Amino acid sequence: MAESNEVQSNDQSPRLKDPLIAGVLAWLIPGLGHFYQGRNAKGALFVICILGTFLYGLYLGGSREVGWGRAVYFSFRTGDWRLPWLCQIGIGLPTVPMTLLQWKLQDQPILNGFMAPPALRLPDMTDINGPPQPPPPTQMSLAWINRLLPHYFEMGTVYTMIAGLLNILAVYDACCGPVPAESAKNDDEKSRGKRKEKS
Amino acid sequence: MSSSSFWFAVPLIVSVSLVYAATRHEEVGAILSHAFRVAVWIVGFMLLVFGILYLISMQVS
Repeated sequence: MAESNEVQSNDQSPRLKDPLIAGVLAWLIPGLGHFYQGRNAKGALFVICILGTFLYGLYLGGSREVGWGRAVYFSFRTGDWRLPWLCQIGIGLPTVPMTLLQWKLQDQPILNGFMAPPALRLPDMTDINGPPQPPPPTQMSLAWINRLLPHYFEMGTVYTMIAGLLNILAVYDACCGPVPAESAKNDDEKSRGKRKEKS
Repeated sequence: MSSSSFWFAVPLIVSVSLVYAATRHEEVGAILSHAFRVAVWIVGFMLLVFGILYLISMQVS
């Protein structure tokens, strides 16, 4: 009885099925690992909060004109090191396969440039017949994306990065259960100290 | 984007506080009460930073 009290925090300890499978599932789709463990309320919370944040970020970082989902892409080319991708891959399935596929097909991206790396060229400002026309989404450069989506591209990047980082917490929770709150930890330490003094 | 861009912080504060609290508790009631405390802490911290930057900008201008 005393042993079980030491393990438990202020809440009931969850029964964690295979932590490795749960962790991988939670990484692939936020909340999936928790559904696998039967922790449906937390699974739903993670799906709504994390996947919702990610999808909203995708929406903000794209448009019909520049192509959808432009805030999430893989690129480590000279002059375009996409470090936010390292945070965005915290959500596995919506990010990794598509960004890597588009990276492989970067000369001819599919799906109208969805999650495709932008073209490495400056906007054509030498058009003497008036203001330059934006290129099609598959040939859109980063400068054009920022021009057509001022601030929203960056906001979409921030949203998708935060969603990826939050999912790392969810993966940890799926693998190891909830981290005991500080107050609960202190209570546990105090009760352990008292037991030692008695013995 | 102007002062209305602050509204973009609201969904982030909600989701960050809920997810953070959910990684520390298992019961829904405990998650919600902890999330509320975290959200208050985040907003307070943002207001503090806002106040400091505002004072600096007053000194500069």
